[in-house]
Amino acid sequence: MNCNGVTRRVSSYIDGELEATIVEEIELHLKECRDCTILVQQTRLTVHLYYDSDLTDYPVEVRARLHETLRRKIGKSRK
Amino acid sequence: MYCATLAIRGIQPGLLANLARTLTLSTPNPHRLPSKIAREDEHLLVAAAKSGDVSAFEELVNRYERKIFRLTMNITRNREDAEDAMQDAFMKAYSHLDKFQEDSRFYTWLVRIAANEALMRLRKRRPNQVSLDEPIEGEDDFIPQQIQDWGPSPEQRYAQTEMRDILRSVIDELPPDFRVVFVLRDVEGLSTEETADAVGISEAAVKSRLLRARLKLRQKLDRHFRQDGKH
Repeated sequence: MNCNGVTRRVSSYIDGELEATIVEEIELHLKECRDCTILVQQTRLTVHLYYDSDLTDYPVEVRARLHETLRRKIGKSRK
Repeated sequence: MYCATLAIRGIQPGLLANLARTLTLSTPNPHRLPSKIAREDEHLLVAAAKSGDVSAFEELVNRYERKIFRLTMNITRNREDAEDAMQDAFMKAYSHLDKFQEDSRFYTWLVRIAANEALMRLRKRRPNQVSLDEPIEGEDDFIPQQIQDWGPSPEQRYAQTEMRDILRSVIDELPPDFRVVFVLRDVEGLSTEETADAVGISEAAVKSRLLRARLKLRQKLDRHFRQDGKH
């Protein structure tokens, strides 16, 4: 396994989707390659930082309009 | 009638007891999907909503509206479109509740509807930027050029609001094809299969786009996080 091979598999590697023999090859490479070790760590951290992240505000007026719309449309559909 | 208060909801007492127990027992874990207990609770609410209890549907809306708006904003990056997509998603969910198969989670089903609504609006605004199942190839931006240590945890080096601004600005720069897959898989926690189904692409395409999205984001975050990036 070379650096290119690790880069191509980094996503599947951190998701635990690879076969054991491939994982073994990657980990053998990681022991000797600082750049790929950092790449794996940083990709993992990137995923961690975004997981369930709340980057968007939910304005009260957006919420109010949603409930008003649902109240109106559901009320109409049930008549 | 779509009621605004819990007091006039008309849910059976047993259901409320189950809800109370669920709220006590379920502990949010940022690395896992909601627990089985939450799923059971959701199932009860869905069953009540299906049988005509509008206030049970309202409870589902209250529970997921913030997340659904986050999703539609993350996909469209346009507040008006995000709001319309969210409203239409909840309305579609309500009118198609009878078609919801309870072997999957209601939330996952709702996410698929909302993602679809958001994608339709995104494709309308950017018809040439969001492809269906075309393979995305090219090696030019694939292999990282320079790898540099980020030093001590960036989470500790940046204030929460500053980190939020960085994450938002970086994800905004992703091409829509990549962003949509990344948002569904890595922000919302959908499986590869569920993401493929929601976007209408193959699982292989999801994996390929996810890899590229993660590598691109890492590369863009590198500008902020590398040790000499913050003075």
